[in-house]
Amino acid sequence: MIRVVIAEVRKLRRPSLLLGTIATVGGLSALFTSIVFLMINSKDGNSKRGEHVGVEELSQASGLIYGFRLVGIFLGIVALCIFASQTAQEYSLGTLRNLLVRQPSRMKILAGKFIAMNLFALVMVIFAGTMSIALSFALAGRAKVDTSSWTTGAARKLLFESTLNIFIATLCFGAVGMILGLLFRSPISAIAVGVLWTLILENILAALITSIAKWLPGLNFSNLGEGGNMILSYKHSLATSLAYLIISGGIAAILFKRRDVAN
Amino acid sequence: MKKIAISISDLSKIYGKNAALSHGNFEVPVGTVCGFVGPNGSGKTTTIRMLLGLITPTEGSATVLGESIEHPEKYLPRVGAMIEGPAFYPGLSGRENLKVLAELGGFPLSRVDELLAKVDLADRGGSKFKTYSLGMKQRLGIAAALLPNPELLILDEPTNGLDPSGIQEVREIIRDLAAKGTTVFVSSHILSELEMISEYLVMLREGKVIFSGKTQELLASQKPIILAKPEYEVDLTKLASQVEAAGFSSVVIDSTLHITAPKEASAAINRAAFEAGITLSSISAIQQTLEETFFEMTGENT
Repeated sequence: MIRVVIAEVRKLRRPSLLLGTIATVGGLSALFTSIVFLMINSKDGNSKRGEHVGVEELSQASGLIYGFRLVGIFLGIVALCIFASQTAQEYSLGTLRNLLVRQPSRMKILAGKFIAMNLFALVMVIFAGTMSIALSFALAGRAKVDTSSWTTGAARKLLFESTLNIFIATLCFGAVGMILGLLFRSPISAIAVGVLWTLILENILAALITSIAKWLPGLNFSNLGEGGNMILSYKHSLATSLAYLIISGGIAAILFKRRDVAN
Repeated sequence: MKKIAISISDLSKIYGKNAALSHGNFEVPVGTVCGFVGPNGSGKTTTIRMLLGLITPTEGSATVLGESIEHPEKYLPRVGAMIEGPAFYPGLSGRENLKVLAELGGFPLSRVDELLAKVDLADRGGSKFKTYSLGMKQRLGIAAALLPNPELLILDEPTNGLDPSGIQEVREIIRDLAAKGTTVFVSSHILSELEMISEYLVMLREGKVIFSGKTQELLASQKPIILAKPEYEVDLTKLASQVEAAGFSSVVIDSTLHITAPKEASAAINRAAFEAGITLSSISAIQQTLEETFFEMTGENT
């Protein structure tokens, strides 16, 4: 399987994809972190859904990772798009037949591909985190935020936990992208369905029928990235996310294993 | 006893009510070049995909290099294949595309540059695949198929898009490999090419194997033809009557009478024409080409 991972990494590190992704996540990270610090006095808010985070809150240890947490869900969407396109393009380009001739074990192909994309996602999350932390320090003075708590052991612990949670959430979104890629076998369809569902349909459903909100996959993945909240616990989101991934992943894996490669 | 590289037995693939391949049977001996021919949609690519483990047969069985196609992992490391044209990642260079496959198959990366040179792509190996011409893409596909230093090479239309010198290069590559003992199973629409290189032939029509065996046996089994051309075109009908009276059937094509008869009948036909007062400007016996045989057997027509 290690050979599959190495081969996949070779595909993922191509400049157009790697630099394009780095630029995208770097841009998102910079945007969200800047909004938190540069709009600290804005009455329109400086956080998600118009919420306001003040100097006092940002001066605590958790202030270090505030911008990073905000960008978490968007890292998930980026991962969903990349995992979906990298999987579906094997069908649309016809390259899957080459892969299967050189590695006939379809499960090894699938697992190797997933591991390689996870490594790619890890690089993406670490880059976004580094960018956000650096920018937070750079903008703190201008926003009159005291950074002395940011260098404590508690802040480092929070940073580690947040990075891990955002990585897990990113993997969940990515896994959904991969499953959609396997099901639709077309990058455009897989990405369109994934993004439309996550960013639009889930939010409409959650607003219309509040009782089902805690069972929607995208909201649970996002909640994992935030480390849980008052409404939805981290444990609930972890269990729900795992259930979704095991069931849908299992169906997609069976389809991938049994389906004829006729294109 | 001959060793067999490919053997299929009652192999079928049914899609709904249509049989892409129906109860196919043939064998390809080790170390031979075997042409695989048939009109579009006759089941060639489906058969090749089943041999490579990409499609599951509906019924029947097959072996490749002595292993059942139910376990492609046992023989695919010794098989090179190019199916339905070259498929690569457009954003990667030709060299990187080959490296992806070399890493996947566990082949040394040093093979990549050797093969790029072999298919005359050494100077363009660093260019992105999307910038390649059709011929270059085809040559990269052949290089990919050669990565495992295969015992069996399966090529589906390898000369598509190649210019005459490219076609000649592919022919030489196939001949070289065959000389070294590699079995080559090659489908092509250029039947004159296959006639030159194929010792064996498998012919499909509408999902059925209509011939499998030595190419020469197939050609020898075809009816010989004598071409007779009278000096004056107006004598064609009269000549046809004389030939018919002598017991041979004939047809006029391009001012020439095509007579179904062995070459030994040439003298009798010449004499009959002379006695009828017809001077022949030419008379010659020919053997049908593979292309003519193909059209006759498959009912295809150009």
